[in-house]
Amino acid sequence: MFSRAYKTVVTVPPLLWVTVFLLVPYLLMFCYSFWSVSPSQVIVHSWNFDNYKELLQKPTYWQTLLRSMWIAARVTVFSLLLGYPLAYFLSFYAGKRKDLLYQLVIIPLWVSYLVRAYAWKTILGSDGVLNTLLQYVHLTKHPLDFLLYSPFAVVLTLTHIYTPFTILPIYAALEHIPRNLVEASNDLGATPAQTFWKVIFPLSIPGVVAGATFAFVLSLGDFLAPLLLGGPSGIMISNIVVSLFGAAYDWPLGAAISLGMLLIVVSLLFLSERLEKKWSFS
Amino acid sequence: MASPITPDIAPTASTQSPTKPTLLSIRNVAKTFGRNAVLRNVSLEIAEGEFLTILGESGSGKTTLLRIVAGFESATSGELWMENERLDHQPPYRRRVNTVFQSYALFPHLTVEENVGYGLRVAKRPAAEIAQRVGEALDKVKMTAHAKSKPSKISGGQQQRVALARALVNRPRLLLLDEPLSALDANLRRQMQVELKSLQREVGIAFVFVTHDQEEAMVMSDRIALLRSGELEQVATPREIYSRPATAYVAQFIGHTNLLKGDARSGAVNCGSLTWSASIPNGPVLFSLRPEHVRLAGVGISCDAVVRIRGHVMHQAFHGATELLRVECAGGLVLVLRTATGAVPHNDVEIEFSPADAVLVRESPERN
Repeated sequence: MFSRAYKTVVTVPPLLWVTVFLLVPYLLMFCYSFWSVSPSQVIVHSWNFDNYKELLQKPTYWQTLLRSMWIAARVTVFSLLLGYPLAYFLSFYAGKRKDLLYQLVIIPLWVSYLVRAYAWKTILGSDGVLNTLLQYVHLTKHPLDFLLYSPFAVVLTLTHIYTPFTILPIYAALEHIPRNLVEASNDLGATPAQTFWKVIFPLSIPGVVAGATFAFVLSLGDFLAPLLLGGPSGIMISNIVVSLFGAAYDWPLGAAISLGMLLIVVSLLFLSERLEKKWSFS
Repeated sequence: MASPITPDIAPTASTQSPTKPTLLSIRNVAKTFGRNAVLRNVSLEIAEGEFLTILGESGSGKTTLLRIVAGFESATSGELWMENERLDHQPPYRRRVNTVFQSYALFPHLTVEENVGYGLRVAKRPAAEIAQRVGEALDKVKMTAHAKSKPSKISGGQQQRVALARALVNRPRLLLLDEPLSALDANLRRQMQVELKSLQREVGIAFVFVTHDQEEAMVMSDRIALLRSGELEQVATPREIYSRPATAYVAQFIGHTNLLKGDARSGAVNCGSLTWSASIPNGPVLFSLRPEHVRLAGVGISCDAVVRIRGHVMHQAFHGATELLRVECAGGLVLVLRTATGAVPHNDVEIEFSPADAVLVRESPERN
């Protein structure tokens, strides 16, 4: 149907793009992770497993990884708890205001990530909006210092930032549910609550899985929120990668951690794909 | 449509309905969407165990009426009563009414068996009872072999049976069916018409069946309620609605007919070039004359009181056992008549009918 030349012209640029900007960098990173740094700060191309050994042996690394996963897990749960009801309301009850409200969900995504993170800094800081208010109404005498520079601040900020990413796929899944299934359920004697749990929720699971994957993967790799609001106790694994590639100048170890994270993320995506398939019926 | 539409349901079944106790009474129901009146002042009684068909063109309001009874829409005004209780005050999940949807609306994430058991499970019936009743219901619709299948793996006709079993297993007082056969092909459809009717007799539950297909309505129903532009045109047994249509619209919608417009004056009726005597009040009149009541003169028995006219055959349509002839008579009058196949000798014919077969009908006023 299309000529050979046409097919070549259409397929080669994207293939080149993927090769140059994705495959080659990953391959380089893969190689780096088996190299090492000499005491004189030169990268030595001697192949070994030292970086991976260090990862497993030094508790700092895997503890930070576990903490990052724990933070990402909390962000995921809170984003779903906030996002699902909103998506449900949008899809089933918003009526004529549906489009407007949908836009309102999207608009925060237009605001720079940095601006949103800094906004939380001014809210949560010791001279921030929240502490000033709490002192003004005499709920506390001194500013609460767990609000900022803590895992709490990181979870709160990431939840705020990634909730729209859970709302959108859940909303899409809910919009796909034929409304006559809801009517059929009511017709067969199911109360609205029974209809929700037996029909609407099961059919929205692909959206929930997609949303959860977004929230988890995006927050697991986040480094700005912990950098700006995390403090020492809120450090996440990406901050370590950043410092290894930066000040510490240990690219091989940084590459090894990155590959480890890549492995986790890819297996999560794989799992989520399987789950979504299992729960879609159209 | 190989033969004239002659309902073959025993007349006893149709004449019984008024004597049976009323199950559902629809009283002066009206529904408007915005400024658009979809139903106007509809009143209808449905008897226990009755098979009532709501027949109408698309946009006549028949599905809306059904949805009001099911509880998916609320009437703008009017009341629904079921056995001395206001039905329209109850949410759909409390009504002992079940629906078979046009697109079946089977739950895609549940198996056939789980779909059928849904109503019993949400009613928290004991597991043993659910298993037994689901088994019986699947057996009744011959779907036991597919109990463990997902709806997407079975055919349209099979989905139809599952939808039916899922509704009937709850033993509703009333079953609503929204054009359930419209998605099936013609052969399967005729088969399902027969099965559905015998199933209804067997379970004895009142069925309200919505369709736009007049033949389907004739074959299946105890009574037909013909809806036009949101108002009931006539409610009667298939035989009665066919042989005694109340209005010109009914006469045309159900089967073929000739509409004869004319005047009655001092015991005589004049319709164009036709004249016969009849004792009806003076004024404009409209008659419906079925094609099968018009004959070729000299074919079969002919009595004295016939109206006879000459004409020539304009068109001849073969319908299997019969043929429909369009005959243009003197004065431009066109009559359609039904004859046995091969009965036309030549183009110039003389035709006749008995005035007793011309049914006086009302004009159907324009509505929008």
